[in-house]
Amino acid sequence: FFSISGNLATQVPQAVGWAMASAIKGDSRIAAAWIGDGSTAEGDFHAACTFAGVYRAPVILNVVNNQWAISSFSGIAGGQLTTFAARAIGYGIPGLRVDGNDPLAVYAATQWAADRARHNLGPTLIEMFTYRKEGHSTSDDPTGYRPKEAGSKWPLGDPIDRLRQHLVALGEWDDTRQAEMDEAIDGEVLAAQKESRQQGVLRAATIDFPQDVRTMFDDVYAELPWHLREQQAEMVAELDTKLGKGGR
Amino acid sequence: MTIRNMIEALNDAHHVMMERDENVVVMGEDAGYFGGVFRVTAGLQKKFGKQRVFDTPISENGIMATAIGMATYGLRPVAEIQFADYIYPGFDQIVSEAAKIRYRTAGEWFVPMVIRSPYGGGIFGGQTHSQSPEALFAHVAGLKVVIPSNPHDAKGLLIAAIEDDDPVVFFEPKRIYNGPFDGFFDRPVTPWSKHPDAEVPDGHYAVPIGKARIVREGPELTILAYGTMVHVALAAAEAAGVDAEVIDLRTIVPVDIETIEESVKKTGRCVVVHEATRTSGFGAELAALVQERCFYHLEAPVVRATGWDTPYPHSLEWAYFPGPVRLGNAFKKALED
Repeated sequence: FFSISGNLATQVPQAVGWAMASAIKGDSRIAAAWIGDGSTAEGDFHAACTFAGVYRAPVILNVVNNQWAISSFSGIAGGQLTTFAARAIGYGIPGLRVDGNDPLAVYAATQWAADRARHNLGPTLIEMFTYRKEGHSTSDDPTGYRPKEAGSKWPLGDPIDRLRQHLVALGEWDDTRQAEMDEAIDGEVLAAQKESRQQGVLRAATIDFPQDVRTMFDDVYAELPWHLREQQAEMVAELDTKLGKGGR
Repeated sequence: MTIRNMIEALNDAHHVMMERDENVVVMGEDAGYFGGVFRVTAGLQKKFGKQRVFDTPISENGIMATAIGMATYGLRPVAEIQFADYIYPGFDQIVSEAAKIRYRTAGEWFVPMVIRSPYGGGIFGGQTHSQSPEALFAHVAGLKVVIPSNPHDAKGLLIAAIEDDDPVVFFEPKRIYNGPFDGFFDRPVTPWSKHPDAEVPDGHYAVPIGKARIVREGPELTILAYGTMVHVALAAAEAAGVDAEVIDLRTIVPVDIETIEESVKKTGRCVVVHEATRTSGFGAELAALVQERCFYHLEAPVVRATGWDTPYPHSLEWAYFPGPVRLGNAFKKALED
């Protein structure tokens, strides 16, 4: 998995580049990137689609259209004029539009795109049509820009629940095992939370750093240049002054 | 006169200018209907309509470019970049176009736009919500760069920026949107309502661009600061027992060189503070200016207290942010004989 940034869409042309490198090296690995509907308005998305098409990159470009970008509905990114899947046609690459809340459909579409890429037939754009039930983040209150019940009214349901129902209907799953699994996973999550708390909690009002503060200067460069070495020492001295215990 | 926090002051500046000049338009991500993620543009769309206050697609490139186009048409766009960290896709338009159109058209076209954006750290915003990129813009001829440190100045400077016929990059220190921050993160947060600079005149007034403010007079040491660091400098000087002259630059380009020179020639010692990374931060320019013009008055080298040369960390916020300890050390160094 590759890192994304706060700046939106940067990862999409990067994925195309990674895929191009794989092709250059005669590798069989493909790349996949995910982007939101709103973020497709960024110039990087245009660059990604152009390069992907021109170089027939073995990449899957997923547009997760959950209808919202903070308070901006998908129309502000042009979603009312055409679908996000249809944009692919303009770039000469295939576009699929999938019910994003149907896990099997998503799997099938992704499989198709992956096979296509692996057979050196190039990129695919997949629009996952879904809904952002909650707010954009814990700092966002969606009642400021959409009706309160909007989340519960999405006609395509909840993906996990749909899969569960499907498996039960097939006779492959049952409510008892679901309850057991829920409990087990809840337990895992809570245990992980507990363990992580023991490693240190970020508190705004203290300088009880959860890790060695010198690591701030790790990985700025491959090797630490003189001016960063100097600053690192300054920083450590500063914290020694304040804490009297080395800030580690 | 009304007590306002910085957000309310900025919001009021928009209301005042939009009423005064029908060419002022406002645009940005979530800035229209919702009024902005920090609520700075709240209420404007309802009052002035969708033609003048509108949501943009997520495209800083597109926002800057279309705002430039509107400005050359004759509008006065106030275009928001949601976080300064996101400004880079728009950098080409700002640097290659907004900054240069007047010059390459011999004044036939010009770009009276304001690019406003929350900047700076102290909020555990990490790498992508804490950056201070002002030096990148200060380095580009044709741009003005303005940074308020309090609600009174925020409103007055934004009004001045909107009225200015040059492109103004207006950075708003988000840490102090709701209340001043003195760098002592373990003290309780105070709102602006208790602060004298929260008294914001109603209606129209302007704080001149290019003019600094001496926030505190003092004989021992000149401290040059802007944004959140004005408050940190005041508190750090008090904690260190230094009788400092604290200057709030307010505009970094064009900087108020007269006020700076007069102060340093009086005190003979100078400390420059900013959150931004040290190498080639605006402090480097200030240090150069001070030593060029005040060399024979200086008793000690100019000292910089800045952020480190790393991407902005998240959990190590208080090891990064230039707080009272770093500033105190800088004062000590500058006061050495």
